[in-house]
Amino acid sequence: MDKKVMIYSTLACPFCMMAKKFLKENNIDFEDIDVSTDQIRVQEMIKKSGQMAVPVIDIDGEIIVGFDKEKIRKALGL
Amino acid sequence: MMFDLIIIGAGPAGITASVYAARKKMGILVITRDIGGQAAWSGDIENYTGYQFITGPELAGKFEEHMRKYGIELRENEQVLEIKKKNEGVWVKTDKGTYEGKTAIIASGKRSRELAVPGERKFKNRGLTYCATCDGPLFAGKDVAVVGGGNSALDATLQLIQIARHIYLINITPDLTGDLVMREKVRENNKVSILNSTRVTAVLGEKMVSRIKIRREDKEETLPVEGVFVEVGLIPNSEFAKDLEKNGRGEIKVNSYNETNIPGIFAAGDVTDVPEKQIVIAAGEGAKAALSAFRYLAQHR
Repeated sequence: MDKKVMIYSTLACPFCMMAKKFLKENNIDFEDIDVSTDQIRVQEMIKKSGQMAVPVIDIDGEIIVGFDKEKIRKALGL
Repeated sequence: MMFDLIIIGAGPAGITASVYAARKKMGILVITRDIGGQAAWSGDIENYTGYQFITGPELAGKFEEHMRKYGIELRENEQVLEIKKKNEGVWVKTDKGTYEGKTAIIASGKRSRELAVPGERKFKNRGLTYCATCDGPLFAGKDVAVVGGGNSALDATLQLIQIARHIYLINITPDLTGDLVMREKVRENNKVSILNSTRVTAVLGEKMVSRIKIRREDKEETLPVEGVFVEVGLIPNSEFAKDLEKNGRGEIKVNSYNETNIPGIFAAGDVTDVPEKQIVIAAGEGAKAALSAFRYLAQHR
């Protein structure tokens, strides 16, 4: 079954762009949440990750902070 | 397995070196923590020849594609701990293994300098950040501090003017040092307080940053801020290269052939003492280093 993937990102953040590119290249559907315009989603992101840094990737509840290819691969079973 | 060439780093210098070496049919291993290096961090790039406009991640992506086209052996997410001359070749130790090559190119680049104050490590990504472009938008309506006085600090401040409520620019020198145009923009804006001759002495908070301690003319004060943007320059990733000659800034010394003091070990890009840290220069230096390594191999068979 496909896993639910969300990415909390900001527009100009290089690692967010790389993370999204990586997901697209691996044909993973994801919800892209732009936290630069939505303080409520910022709070949601901080609550999930305990951190104030983007990108935060939520893969079926598993939280990955930063663009960590190995962790993303593992969480997605790639 | 003995490689012809081990390249440490996969930024513009390391990747260009790998492309040149691959085209010379050398047996290459690239060991790197990440791909793209600082280029991937850059925002908009308007001075890389052939691209009138490209973003850092896009250019880094193109570099990566170019390298992968040659099927080069690549160890990502791996950190080099030591490099030394062994017999006639080079021995490299990482956090995951050891490798041997006939030659090596060090292209490990630079990283953000830390403040080296209490609380910095604890609050990294908890209000303290080294990437204003990335994390700046999270601090909408908050009071923040930018630490530094050069171009990157001014650039971060100008970005944050659009986002934060108030910005304290904390600069250790008596005056700001970045470009005049940016300095004027920062000075004119009433959202910014410039604190010259001031140093940060501690970052404090509970789970997240809530305040910093600063010292100005022997007076210590506390500033309530929720964000700390550290922009105090870069340092070379050269600590592992213990036997190599470096300058006062820790940059590896190279001659115009990218040779270091150790025969068979070359260096290229921002980790070296070559003046001007630019993507196009790092790429060119990487090409030179690969050709020098190729020539060295031909002479030492």
